[in-house]
Formats: sequence, structure tokens, C-alpha cells
Amino acid sequence: MYTMKILVCISKTPDTTAKIAFTDNNRKFVTDGVQWILNPYDEWYALVRAIEIKEKDPSAVLHLIMVGGPDCDVVIRKALALGGDEAIRMNTEPGDSFYVANQIASVAKSGGYDLILTGKETIDYNGASVGGMLAAVLDLPFISLAAKLELTGDMVTLVREIEGGEETVEVKLPLVVGCQKGMAEQRIPNMKGIMGARSKPLKVMEPVAAESLTEILSFELPAAKKGVKLIPAENAEELIRLLHDEAKVI
Amino acid sequence: MMKRRSFDDRALILFPIFKILIMSVLVFIDHSEGQIKKTSLEALSYGAALGKQMAVPAEGVLLGNVQEDLSSLGKYGIQKIHQLNQESLNQLDAEQYIRIISTIAESSGATVIILSHTNTGRAIAPGLSALLKAGLVTGATELPHTENGFSVKKNVFSGKAFCTVSIKTPVKIISLNPNVFPVVTGTGTAEIIQENISLKTSAVSIKSTSKASGEIPLTEAEIVVSGGRGMKGPENWGPIEELAKLLHAATACSRPVADAGWRPHHEHVGQTGIAIAPNLYIAVGISGAIQHLAGVNRSKVIVVINKDPEAPFFKSADYGIVGDAFEVLPKLIQEVKKLKGLA
Repeated sequence: MYTMKILVCISKTPDTTAKIAFTDNNRKFVTDGVQWILNPYDEWYALVRAIEIKEKDPSAVLHLIMVGGPDCDVVIRKALALGGDEAIRMNTEPGDSFYVANQIASVAKSGGYDLILTGKETIDYNGASVGGMLAAVLDLPFISLAAKLELTGDMVTLVREIEGGEETVEVKLPLVVGCQKGMAEQRIPNMKGIMGARSKPLKVMEPVAAESLTEILSFELPAAKKGVKLIPAENAEELIRLLHDEAKVI
Repeated sequence: MMKRRSFDDRALILFPIFKILIMSVLVFIDHSEGQIKKTSLEALSYGAALGKQMAVPAEGVLLGNVQEDLSSLGKYGIQKIHQLNQESLNQLDAEQYIRIISTIAESSGATVIILSHTNTGRAIAPGLSALLKAGLVTGATELPHTENGFSVKKNVFSGKAFCTVSIKTPVKIISLNPNVFPVVTGTGTAEIIQENISLKTSAVSIKSTSKASGEIPLTEAEIVVSGGRGMKGPENWGPIEELAKLLHAATACSRPVADAGWRPHHEHVGQTGIAIAPNLYIAVGISGAIQHLAGVNRSKVIVVINKDPEAPFFKSADYGIVGDAFEVLPKLIQEVKKLKGLA
């Protein structure tokens, strides 16, 4: 019987409640005290859907890949606690999306993966680019913003979001999919998973030569709001006048 | 040696002038149901402004066909429209689009390619970037700085911050956030160039398409009316829908509301749902958790209606009403009706 190979691309991001601040002349994100988590789109949708596929077909092989330094290992173990057979870490600071896509592509090329899943974007840099770039580098079809994925043999049926609606499409394996809400439900790792994750292989690989096409020059925070103008509830209709005459938005 | 150097210097001075002649800004024009998307009109206006700034022509590329006379797109400041008039291209086919746009970009000497950061833009911009080895910035919020290098501002940390990104490659790709650049209309007529590029067999076969007709897509809406747990149940959404309809607004909701099944998932705005940037966001019965704010804090004006004066959302609001939504909403509806001459 054919062994299905799945690769899930994961990334670490600051916790959704992390304080966003910058230092070094606004060139660096302040990481002190930041709790790092698995990027929610990678975790809740891409990884959990891959785990579901493996639960249905236990012969399937599920690998995770992250590009980053040793500080990523804690987050990778958390992902392994949810599921997956082994993880690969490309030992390099992630440059831009093109650099990251090329690192993953080097593993994907030799690994013979049938299905490569990513989250639709990371919640820190919001690039939404690695999946599409990876597909182009590998010359594979790419389905973006996928909300459903079903496998029948080597045929994949997906529901993807398009402008103003959604579309059901069919694609043959292999392919790359960007996953979003609808794909699967968030899971909490259980004790057995957490214990098991410790003994799963985490392979560290050295990066391949690749370039970054872009570079972040500086960060800035949005201008602070002036403060709220409160309208008494009994004069609620006054709000409509303000929106019309003052803010000029209606 | 000195002579050689001065010759090289002169060549260097002349070379950029020569290059300007073959450079252009190329804007991808998306359409649906025969209509050009409003986000594409924004992208055209942005591309035209960038072309002006760089002193190069701005051109457009449209795959498939629309009802509108394409030459009229000249009024947005576009000189030429490249069209590949194939019926099959009226549906999104990312691989095909990427191949065609890159071919046209190369033949037209495009040095900057502009798309919208929409569902279509997300499907094609990354692949286009990898294929052309052209640096990509997604979700741009402003015109680039082109005087010293080439850099552009974008949203990061899910709307909680911005960063300025330098693109280092000769060809640059930018996807523009919806609703951050105004549609600028002038006069002019664009020249239509019918492209002849053969299509490949598609790897993706489309089985069915469902588009919500009549509804305003959330990411395109200029006004959004959104409800949270404070609405107490799905049966109470009537006033939100009525207010939205009167304001030509889209409806949205917070994550707990979508998770509870009160409203469909595609209405969920926030860090893990949809990020929006309307001109006006009206939040009713939403406390304003940081994850919700991440999806809406790019809105130009935020109105918060909540009975809890301590709701954190008030800190991010421009206007607020502390009160019961079920008493406040009917008053607002009545007043909007008066404003629109309906009452």
C-alpha cells in the first residue's frame, strides 16, 4: 500500500496578547517577556487537519518543519505534542518569506511529500507568502485560503475562499495548501502527547544557500487614538449626527 | 585609467535614462461577475500615482473579460491595458494567472507589479514573486519611497504595528491593502493591447462556485456593523442587520459569536478571523479583547456600544455609547432613516 507523506510548515509567533514594542531605533521587536506560541493558523488548521488525516490513515507519515534557531525547539515540541512523527528544524535565522520558502523547498524536494500544508499567514509578519512561494519553487499547484480538505486516493477536494464567496476545487497530489478557519478545530495536547513528544526525533539541518529579496528597515506603532467621545445613551441619535457631520463617514 | 573611468561615469549617467524608457508599473486588475473590483480601482489609482512618482507609465493587465469598456480605465491614469480575453480566465486559476502576468510583466518591461491584498492577490502574488525572483511586500498601506532605494510600509503584528520593508530586487511586487488608497478619477483613455499567450491545461479543476450575491464582502465594505456576545443570542441580530442594510454596510461578529454558531464563520473578524479596515466600524456588545482589536484596529473610525463602561474597547474607540444595545440600536436606526430621508 502507498504511504502518504505529509509535511506541515510551522512557525513561531508572539502570543496573541503579547505587548508589541520596538527597540534599537525601532529596528528590533522587543522579545523580553514575550511568550512564543505556534502560529495559530499553522497549528489549529494545518497541523490539526494533517493529524486528522493520519488518524484516518495510520500508515501516513507526518513531518513538521520550522525554519529558525535553537530557541524554536520548545515550540516545535509543543507541536509534536499535538501529533506528527518527527520534526525538522532548518538551523538558520528566518530571513524573508522567499528565504524561508527556499529552506523548506530543499527539504520538500528530497522528502517526496504528497501534501504540504501551511497556515494562511503568520500573525506577526502577516506575509501570507511562504506557501505560494514554496509551491512556485517546487512547481506544484497551490491552493490558498483553504477552509476544507478531503482526500480520496490521490485526489484532493478543497473548499477555498475566493473574492466574494467560495469555490470547491479538485487537485491531484502533490500540492501545497494554505489553511485557514474551517479546516479543523483547535486541540489541546494531552499528557500522553506531551510525554511522547519528548522522544520524537527533532532533526536539525543546516540551511541551504538562498537569498532574501526584501529586508525590514524599521517598525512603528500606530498613532494613539485621541480618546473616546462618549455620547449619553438617552441621546444615542446624536451619534449619527456626529458620524455624518464631524467624522463624515456616513 | 582616468579616461576609462570618466567614460564609465558617463555611461552610468546615460544608462538610467535609457532604462526609464522601457520601465513601467503594471497593475493586476481583478474582476468578478463581469465587474472590476473596487480594490482593483484602488490598485490602479495607486499604480498611476507610483508611475507618476517614478516618471514611468502605468499599465494594467486584465485576464478574462468584463462588461466595462477597458479603454475607460484610462481615467485612473493608466496608459495601456493588456488583456488576455479568454472566458476560462474569468475564474481564478493561480498557476495560469502567475504564468501569464509574469510573461506580460517581462515583455512590457514592468519593474513594479501592483496587486490587491485580497483573496485573489493572496493566491497569486507569492508565486509571481518566486517565479520572477522579485521581492514582494504584501499588505502595503502607503505609496513606496523611491528616492533612495525602494521601500514600502505595511501592516505587521496583525494591525498592531507597521514596518517599512526595502525591496532589493530589480523587479518589485506590492500587494495593496484594501481601503487604504483612494480611487482617483481623472480623464484619459487607455490603449488596449490584446495579448496572445497560450493557456496550459490547469492542474486545478473547479467543481462549483458559490458567491454571496447582494451581500457586501466584509473586506471591501466601507462600513461594518459587528455584534458580540452582548447581543445575547442569534435571534437578536435583527437590529444589527437593519442598521447595516441602511448604511450599506457589511455585518461581522466576534470570535465567541462565530464559535457559538450564532453567526457564520466568515463573519468572524479578529486576529484569527478576517482583518478589516473599513472607514467606519460599529461594534455592538463586543468587549474588545486584544485579539478582536487586532482584526479591526485599522478601521478609520471606531464606534463602541456596550453597557459595561469598563469594556476595554472604549480605549480604542473614537465614539462610544455606554448603554443597552437593545435600546440604543432602535434609536440609531430611526436617526439613520431620517438622515436618508426614509422616515
